Amino acid sequence: MEIGKSCRVIGINERCNGLERRRLLDLGILPGTLIKAEMQSPSGDPIAYRIRDTIIGLRKEQACLIEVIM
Amino acid sequence: MNIDQNLLQPDKCVTCPSHNSIELMRLGVDMQDWDYVVGLAGNPNTGKSTIFNSLTGLRQHTGNWPGKTVSRMEGGYEYESTRYKVVDLPGAYSLLSTSIDEEIARNFILFGRPDVTVVVVDATRLERNLNLALQILEITDRAVLCLNLMDEANKHGIVIDERCLARDLGIPVVPTVARNQEGLPYLIQTIGDVASGKIKCNPYRSNKKIGEMSVIVKQLTEKLESIYPDLPNHRWLALRLLDGDSDIISALSEGKLQSLANSVK
Amino acid sequence: MSNDSLSQLLNKAKHFRRDLGNKVHEDIVESIYDDAARIAKRAVDIDNKSISMGLDRAIDRVVTSRLYGFPLMMLLLTLVFWLTISGANVPSSMLATLFLDIIYPGLKSLSESLNISWWLDGLLIDGVYLAVGWVISVMLPPMAIFFPLFTLLEDLGYLPRIAFNLDNMFRKTGAHGKQALSMAMGWGCNAAGVISTRIIDSPRERLIAIITNNFSLCNGRWPTQILVATVFIGGLVPAHFAGVVSAMSVVAIAVLGILLTFLVSWALSRSILRGESSVFNMELPPYRMPHVWQTVYTSIIDRTLPVLWRAILWAVPAGALIWLTSNINIDNISFAEHVILLLDPFGFVIGLNGVILLAYILAIPANEIIVPTILMLTVLSSGIERIGLGAGVMFELDSLDVTLKVFEAGGWTLLTAVNLMLFSLIHNPCSTTIHTIYKETGSVKWTLVSTFLPLLMGFVITFLVAQVWRIIVN
Repeated sequence: MEIGKSCRVIGINERCNGLERRRLLDLGILPGTLIKAEMQSPSGDPIAYRIRDTIIGLRKEQACLIEVIM
Repeated sequence: MNIDQNLLQPDKCVTCPSHNSIELMRLGVDMQDWDYVVGLAGNPNTGKSTIFNSLTGLRQHTGNWPGKTVSRMEGGYEYESTRYKVVDLPGAYSLLSTSIDEEIARNFILFGRPDVTVVVVDATRLERNLNLALQILEITDRAVLCLNLMDEANKHGIVIDERCLARDLGIPVVPTVARNQEGLPYLIQTIGDVASGKIKCNPYRSNKKIGEMSVIVKQLTEKLESIYPDLPNHRWLALRLLDGDSDIISALSEGKLQSLANSVK
Repeated sequence: MSNDSLSQLLNKAKHFRRDLGNKVHEDIVESIYDDAARIAKRAVDIDNKSISMGLDRAIDRVVTSRLYGFPLMMLLLTLVFWLTISGANVPSSMLATLFLDIIYPGLKSLSESLNISWWLDGLLIDGVYLAVGWVISVMLPPMAIFFPLFTLLEDLGYLPRIAFNLDNMFRKTGAHGKQALSMAMGWGCNAAGVISTRIIDSPRERLIAIITNNFSLCNGRWPTQILVATVFIGGLVPAHFAGVVSAMSVVAIAVLGILLTFLVSWALSRSILRGESSVFNMELPPYRMPHVWQTVYTSIIDRTLPVLWRAILWAVPAGALIWLTSNINIDNISFAEHVILLLDPFGFVIGLNGVILLAYILAIPANEIIVPTILMLTVLSSGIERIGLGAGVMFELDSLDVTLKVFEAGGWTLLTAVNLMLFSLIHNPCSTTIHTIYKETGSVKWTLVSTFLPLLMGFVITFLVAQVWRIIVN
């Protein structure tokens, strides 16, 4: 996902389980949520996304588990 | 948890503190010199610590990063010759995922039963913050919503209809700018009114059908009602059981929740 | 009554749970968020539709940029230390004058007029009082500048950005990104840093954060770094560069601490603490303009004074102990000198000396008293002329030149200074931190690892530096 682009969440991949999944859900990453990539750290990973009016940094390996449509 | 009963029988003991002194003692809160205990909950970065400092006159450092308050802080104040103990709970996004800090906050509200829980929310990010507020309202009957950072909200052109919010949530809503001490006298007064029972809360509780589970939830809820008629919010408990909340399950098996209910009688 | 029906109920719930799996939690969270969104929508009216966070994002893009992210971090750290070093100089010497030139002689003549016996007078005034006076004049000014500055950065919302920038490196070392936050807390106090590792959920990553927290220079060690850097490193360059150069050398030690944190985290997560790296998600809160004076006030009340108070509490017994050990003579030399002579050969091997090692033993309870103890023991063992003062008297040093002379008389070289700075970074945590580690981990094993791993590393690193240095110099 490019910086500055937005997308909509479809769901969280089944591979993401347990506490990890709960954390993402609790942050409000739910089907229909709008996510915008705001900026990246100097090395390109993690990337900070705007999720429900809050900027949240996520590592790529987790962000990959969130299924979205542009 | 006994508030509903108190409200039904006002002559019984409306002004009695409802907190659970024994459990509070176990949680490390000594209530000997205090009349009421006030829990302070909220998302990280909502100015919760600033509110805490303003209420208690303490100077707990307020850093601007999540997870700053990892343990409970305590202080107190006196208002109209009633002494309030304030417990600052760790900031949390939710009470569901049970990390250490969220567990501390949840268990304090659930088992310690503070006389009033103040939910501090960031007025500029109401939706996200209400997520936690609604979860808190599921487990307590006496709460005040503190709409903090109103100055930031105004700056961003956000107008909040407090009356509408108070009506929807069923609890008093107090707008504040804690950094400038604005709205704090009203907050203190409202806390007092809720603690003494002068303001009666009727917190919002979802009764929506949840997915395909509604039949199952209903079954469990009815079962819980028949075993523990005294417990409030059976539906919430049923959902926690379904979600595999180990704290709640062990609390049930150890009879902790039952004793909460029994202490009312 | 209900034990049977309860277990029946719990079983039933368990059964349902198995069938429903992840779905339950998802549906619950979704339903709450739906409610929250609905209620918020009814109550909120936004003028300009989307909240403009233009300024915040613009700052963030610079602060986290590939080009400026890390240099900006270094620059801010250097600025903080430079302000601390150059600002603390004058008030420090003023305090030293007050405690040592004005009050000390007064106390002495008072005790003389009261006919107090020499050993009580020595123990209380030359031992305890001077130790306390020393600690206050050495520590109060830098801490009164450093903590408010650091707190301002913290209140502004800069720390989460540091964590965001460093996360990738922490990930590569197998540690958690939030370790950057506990590391930053450690720059204030390691015990606080260890407690703040509670924000890390995974026990494995939390242990790594606890063990490596000691590589964050804490407030008890900043004064050592700052003083040694000012006297030795700053002295190498022309006076008007001295402040900046000393600040940069302190930053270099702090950065070395960060690198060691990475290195040790990496080594741990590939040996005794192997495991999956867990998830990282962290909010980057909006920038908030701190109330400057309020922040200065709270950080002095919350951080500077407690730290100073702790240092004073430990300076009292340490001062007494130093005076006693230097005044109890065995075979005509004092007990302290015996120990120093005993430790000297080992000290030499690692580029330090017996005085420094003894000081580190005495200062296990509080690193804050290292510099005063070293100075006093140096004066004692090098036999510098002490005008009318007994052995074990903390020396009066109101100018850096005098400090340098004392060090030089004690046989110090640039190597001693560099290795002292290194050893101050890499040695066992103070006893408060060790106790905190035990409380947080509940394990003797991990407490011992956290205690002795850095100490061992300190010996190895200073040894290597000393050998290489001596080869090059000769």
